Amino acid sequence: MAPEQIIFIVAAAVTLVAALFVVATKNLIHAAFWLILALFGVAVTYVLLQAGFIAVVQVVVYIGAISILFIFAAMLTRKVMQDTGPQNNPNWWLAALIALVFLAGLVLMLLGIPGIHDQAPALAGDANPIQQLGEQLVSADHYLLPFELASVLLVAAMIGAIYVAWEKKR
Amino acid sequence: MAFLSDPINFIANWLETVMLGFGWSDAVVNAVLKFLGAGAVGTFGFALVIFTIWLERKLYARIQDRFGPNRVGPWGIFQTFPDMIKIFTKEYITPNGADKVVYNLAPILSVSAVMLIWAVIPFASTVFGTDVNVGVLYIVAVGAAGTLSIIMAGWSSNNKYALLGAFRAVAQMVSYEVPMVLALLVPVLLGQTMGINSLVASQNVWYSVMAPIAALIFFISSLAETGRAPFDLLEAESELVAGYQTEYSGLKFGMFYVGEFLHAFTISALTTTLFLGGWRGPWSESVPVLGILWFFIKTFIVYFVVAWIRISLPRLRIDQMLNFNWKILTPLALVLLIVTALAEKLLALLLPGLNLVDTANSWVRAAVHLALNGLLLWGALTLLKKIPAKPRKVVGSPRPVAVAPEPPASVIS
Repeated sequence: MAPEQIIFIVAAAVTLVAALFVVATKNLIHAAFWLILALFGVAVTYVLLQAGFIAVVQVVVYIGAISILFIFAAMLTRKVMQDTGPQNNPNWWLAALIALVFLAGLVLMLLGIPGIHDQAPALAGDANPIQQLGEQLVSADHYLLPFELASVLLVAAMIGAIYVAWEKKR
Repeated sequence: MAFLSDPINFIANWLETVMLGFGWSDAVVNAVLKFLGAGAVGTFGFALVIFTIWLERKLYARIQDRFGPNRVGPWGIFQTFPDMIKIFTKEYITPNGADKVVYNLAPILSVSAVMLIWAVIPFASTVFGTDVNVGVLYIVAVGAAGTLSIIMAGWSSNNKYALLGAFRAVAQMVSYEVPMVLALLVPVLLGQTMGINSLVASQNVWYSVMAPIAALIFFISSLAETGRAPFDLLEAESELVAGYQTEYSGLKFGMFYVGEFLHAFTISALTTTLFLGGWRGPWSESVPVLGILWFFIKTFIVYFVVAWIRISLPRLRIDQMLNFNWKILTPLALVLLIVTALAEKLLALLLPGLNLVDTANSWVRAAVHLALNGLLLWGALTLLKKIPAKPRKVVGSPRPVAVAPEPPASVIS
């Protein structure tokens, strides 16, 4: 077995177990820590796919910013040190159903890609993935529109956040 | 001769031939060599901390007109060893109601977050852990783990002061990450690469000359990331006992302590690598050992400044710290980034066909960027001078300190 395969199996197992604990653990902050582990496992998978940039961005954005904000928000709630309340609400089966349908859809879509079972071709030695990614993001015939739409969405969210947090001047 | 000019790679090559002689496969030999290298870098980092702790205590003492450690060994240089032995023998105390796993994981994470940065720092042209092509982002990503460790420590200790320290840590570290990342983008723009090794190789003119504002912003915000004075609000003794590490004892506290000192040294190494030319210096290309020497000379000079700032400046208030970040550093970094990008594009448009990273042209380019930086700094300072300093709001009417009490009515009559 190649070293990459061993690393992949370990990373995938850790990701799945951690993801399971995110929903299974009772303590809110523990759930956030498990989520960090799961996201880190996903980053390892990106590294194995030779997408170093995406992996590092995954860590910066999801672990460095979003998870820390989760924990921060959870810390600001009452009874932060204690396990509180039941963790299920009456709609839990609906959430499980949606998750299952989503999983089935993803699997079907992935199986539909031609050549999904083949060995991935090696990247060209002199290719610069970051440069290619950047050019694709800002060229009009590739991903310019989605990229700009995401930017507009983020700006809107930011303005909304500032409006909500704005101290009303009397 | 090969041994003298590049001992580390000489030893690595020798080990490789020895292991290949055992009949091991290439992949196994590579893996073993990588592990050995990682172990060597880690051990070296910890060994260095033993020295820097002594160095900083000595500097601290000298600036405060004391002797500092002077009992164990010449100039007290071995003082850290008895301290280490002492801290090894201390009792571990876990407070009631602490979250045990998280509580024990936090110190480990705090040290390893710093140690991970060392994986990408090039000590010489041929001596480096690994050359990641997104090294700059990697540094930012690893920094997130440090923030996380402080949150974990503060939350799991089941202590109000620790939790308050963690709150402050999040506010401080997350906000100072913003100007740091923006300042890091400037060398990336100038070097047209994200790899640390190629950034060092592209510094024909040091980036601290080409982009002094970026160097300054990076230095200040990474100082804030280390959480040492004047940014030590997360462990302010006068307000929070010891902040997030209040409940830690023995070696677990020692881990935080080592992590802090190592972090201070690491940011010096990073500043050197990204803005002061790293291992570059006379003859460093042909003799890698000299590169190591230049690297450490520069790093120790920066480290001296880091220690100096820690020793001489008082602690900021939390509102001052956050205002400084959001109202000065972040806008300045944003404007600097835009100006640098525009200047680079204009240079490329006006002088087509010129390779800007090339040696001969880099001084012209550096002069342009330096002039722009100077202009920007002048503009920022004049703008700042126009804003009058706001006096603090007085919450209640001032009370006299000591007043004689009203004499009782019986005395007056």
